[in-house]
Order: sequence, then C-alpha cells, then structure tokens
Amino acid sequence: MSTIGYESWAVDLAEVGAIYPFQGWEMTMTVIGVIFWIGWHRIQFKRESEHLEKAKMLGDTDKITAIVERYWRGLTWLGAADYLLPP
Amino acid sequence: MDGNLNALTTVFTEFYYWVTVVFMFLIHVGFCMYEVGASRRRNHMHTLMKNIMIIPLVTVTFFFFGWWIYWAFPDFPFFGGLNHEMGDANLPWSETMATNLSDRITGVFWAAFLLFSWTAASIVSGSVIERIRSSALWVHAVLIGSVFWIIDAAWGWHYAGWMVKYLGYHDAYASGVIHAIAGGYALGVIMVLGPRLGKFAPDGTPRDIPPHNPWLLTIGIFLIYTGFWGFYAACNVPVISPEVIGGEITGTTWTATNIYLAPTSLSAITFNFLMSLSGGLMAAYVVSKGDAFWTFSGGLAGIITASAGNDLYHPIQAMLVGAVGVVIVYKLHYWVEKRFKLDDAVGAVAVHGYSGVIGLIIAGFVLWGAPSSPFEGYATVSPLGQTAGAVIMFFVLGFLPGWGVSKIQAAMGVLRIPEEVELQGLDYAEHHAYEDAKADIIAADKAYLAQK
Repeated sequence: MSTIGYESWAVDLAEVGAIYPFQGWEMTMTVIGVIFWIGWHRIQFKRESEHLEKAKMLGDTDKITAIVERYWRGLTWLGAADYLLPP
Repeated sequence: MDGNLNALTTVFTEFYYWVTVVFMFLIHVGFCMYEVGASRRRNHMHTLMKNIMIIPLVTVTFFFFGWWIYWAFPDFPFFGGLNHEMGDANLPWSETMATNLSDRITGVFWAAFLLFSWTAASIVSGSVIERIRSSALWVHAVLIGSVFWIIDAAWGWHYAGWMVKYLGYHDAYASGVIHAIAGGYALGVIMVLGPRLGKFAPDGTPRDIPPHNPWLLTIGIFLIYTGFWGFYAACNVPVISPEVIGGEITGTTWTATNIYLAPTSLSAITFNFLMSLSGGLMAAYVVSKGDAFWTFSGGLAGIITASAGNDLYHPIQAMLVGAVGVVIVYKLHYWVEKRFKLDDAVGAVAVHGYSGVIGLIIAGFVLWGAPSSPFEGYATVSPLGQTAGAVIMFFVLGFLPGWGVSKIQAAMGVLRIPEEVELQGLDYAEHHAYEDAKADIIAADKAYLAQK
C-alpha cells in the first residue's frame, strides 16, 4: 500500500503521471484550502478592527510620544536613517 | 518526453521559467524596500506586513481560480463562452496542477504568471501606504492579482485572446496588462481613500512627504530593475518550432517568441530593456532637475513605456519612447495631484499607470501595420486598437473595479484607519505587541543598569 500509488520506482517514467498522495481527493483538498483562505480573512479582519478600535481610544500621549521618539533615535539602517532627525 | 530533443527542450523550458521566477522575486523585495523607505517610521512594520502578506494571499487565490481564468476567458464573455477544454486542465483539482511527471511546465508557467500577479498587487499597495486598513488592501490585492489582471491577460496577453484577434492588441512586455491596469486600479482606490493627513495645505497646495530613507529607496528600485530582467524573460517562450506554433511561419527555424507566439529574441529585448531604461533615466533627470526620487523612478517608467513594443523596436526607438513617456508622466503626475488633490505616496499611478497607457498608444503608431500574431486572420497593430486596449486596461479593468470596491469598503467603514491611529502611527495600533516588547526590554535593561 502506498499513498502515492507507487510502492517502487521500477517503472517506465513515460507511463507515470501524478505522484502526489491521496489522488482522487483533489476536490476535497480544494474545499479545505478555500475554507482556510476565507477563514484567514475573517480572523484577520476581526482582529484588525478590534486593534484599531482600542488604539483609537488609547489617549496615552506620553507613551505615544515615547514611541515616536524611539523611531527617530532608533534604527540607523545603512547609516542614513538620521537624515530627517528633528533638531 | 520521448526523444532527446523534446526532452532537452522541455527541461530547458522548465528551468528557464524557474529562473525567471527567482529573478522576479526580487521585484517584490524591491517593492517592500521602496515602500518602507518611503513611509514614515511610525508605519514601518505595518507597511512591510501589508506588502509581504500579498505574497500568500495572491498565491493561494491564483492557484484556486486565477490560473483557471487565464485559460478559460480568452473569448469570454463578449466573443464566446468559457473555454472549458483549456480551463478545466488548469483548475485547482486538475492532476496537472500538482506533482506530475507527465507535465513539467504547468508549475513553472503558473509561477511566472503568479509573480506578475504579485507585482500588480504590490503596485497598488505602494500608493495607499500609511492610511489604508490592511484588511481592505488585501481584498484589493486578491482582486487585482487573481481576478482583474488575469482577465486582461486572457483578453490581451494570450495567443488566442479576443483583443489580439480583433483589435490587434500588442503588449509584449506588459505596459498595459500589468502596469496600466495596476496604476488605474490604484488611482480608483486613492480617489476614494483620500490623502494622508497633512499632505495638502489648507489652501490645497500639495506638501512633499519625503522618503525617510533614500538609500533604502535606491536599493529597492535597483532590485526592481534587477527583477525586471526576469519579468522580461518570463514574457517570452524561450524556444519553439514553427511546427509547434502551428501558425503561418514557414520553414524549420526554431525561435524565441513573445506571449502571442510571434517571433522575437532574448537579444532584442536585452537591447531594448537597457536602452529604454537609459532613456527614462536621462529624461527623468532633466525634467525633474535631478530629483533622485523621480530620476530612479524615471528609469522604471522608461522601461514600462517602451515595454509594449520592446520585442520589435530598434534600441534607439526604445530609448526615445522611454524618454518621451517619462516627460509626459512627470508632468501628468503633478497636474493630477494639484488638480484633483490625490495622494499617490510612491508615484505608482504615474510610473505604472500613465507610463503603461502612453506606451500602448505610442506602440500603436510605431508598430502600425505589424502582425500582432503568427495566426491567420488576426488584426494588425494600429493606434486605434492600442488606444482601445489602453482604455480597457487602465479604466475598465483597472480604475472602475478599484473605485467601486473602495466605495463599498468606505460605505462599510472598513477602508481607512481612524484619524487618531493615523497620527500615532499604524505600528502601535496593529503591532503593539512589538512596540510593547521593545518598551519592556528597554525598561528591563534600564532597571538592570540602575542596580549596578
């Protein structure tokens, strides 16, 4: 028994076509794949909406200012990131 | 694969497309670097994530339905029904859409088209940075990457597409089928999305929002240039015999062809790629008075403008077409920005959309009367056919869907981020775990040092 339909490679390759496991289940695999894709959008959309709603009401000016400051003084990628540093 | 020549041709073609895919990956890397370089620091992570996730979302949807559209839609819906014979072989449950020793080409050919899809979606992504919701952009990415561009490819970038047959549409290296449609789509989205806060002064004067990191931008665009070599090669069939083409070509000379199976050579497109790049860079430098952003983008715009006819142009024609296109694009960008108050953050509408449209129309004049296909009965290239094609690409399949879907998203309140979040930056809003982790570790380090 083999999931790919071949238990040995003692075959003429000219006669060989599909060699993936579970041949015959392609339609089912497609349905599962589409559910995975749509489900991902659903989860991401819900999570992003919650994040944005929370972030809108943060109101913690000090924390946000600190974050912005870190951006300015943080990375120095390729030695050029200071080019817009505030005075 | 019976026979040595057949086996060699198959394996060479398989490897050829595979290499183009690897090269084209650099286009996406370049787009990511360009977008991050152009965005402000409070939006880096969001900007990067927005573009990276285009890769899986467009890939899976292009597997599920995009590739089928290409093969099923060449005549649909105006000049015939769906082509089930070709379409069915490219459905996601087809045996050839998988590990299959009797078909060594479908996977690499699918991937070459897929990388074009990423590019189309990534073009839209750049113009909307710093204010669009990721969820909204990713819906647009799937639509442009796995639906609309591939419909236009079936119509105008397929040896049997109706636009090729009846309009003589000629677009060898995708001025219209990738760039015009993506630019038109981006224009539709940004018209509804609106500009970034502060982009326009109260009197309507546009403000420049300079890239935070010009080096990142430079490396990004050079990676895009590099990836374009793969893009160009992927638009060709590397080697094919007249017998296999089955058209009107006589004799037994094998050749490379464009996507319409009409003859060209890799050497020809190498000449023209480099000359149109050069024409674009030189014209952009002059017209922008040495502005770095526009000069680099101008090289790309030069290539895009000449791409429709770069399989046949003389290199000097390619250079001049690229140069003329860039001057028009530059002027048009600033006129549209000022007149309509549109904020195209990376100039994508101009560099891709306007260049694509202009390139198609110019090709109609320069290649007037040239055969669009090796098959009998097809219309020849003409200014009218190319202009109609440009309208279909930019407006019908690009602008209208982008604008319409954005209108729906805006009405549902799911297109744009809240103003408060835009001011504080998207990285904190959507990637606060990253920010909080940074804050925590900095606090911990400080506390440790204080104890010493």
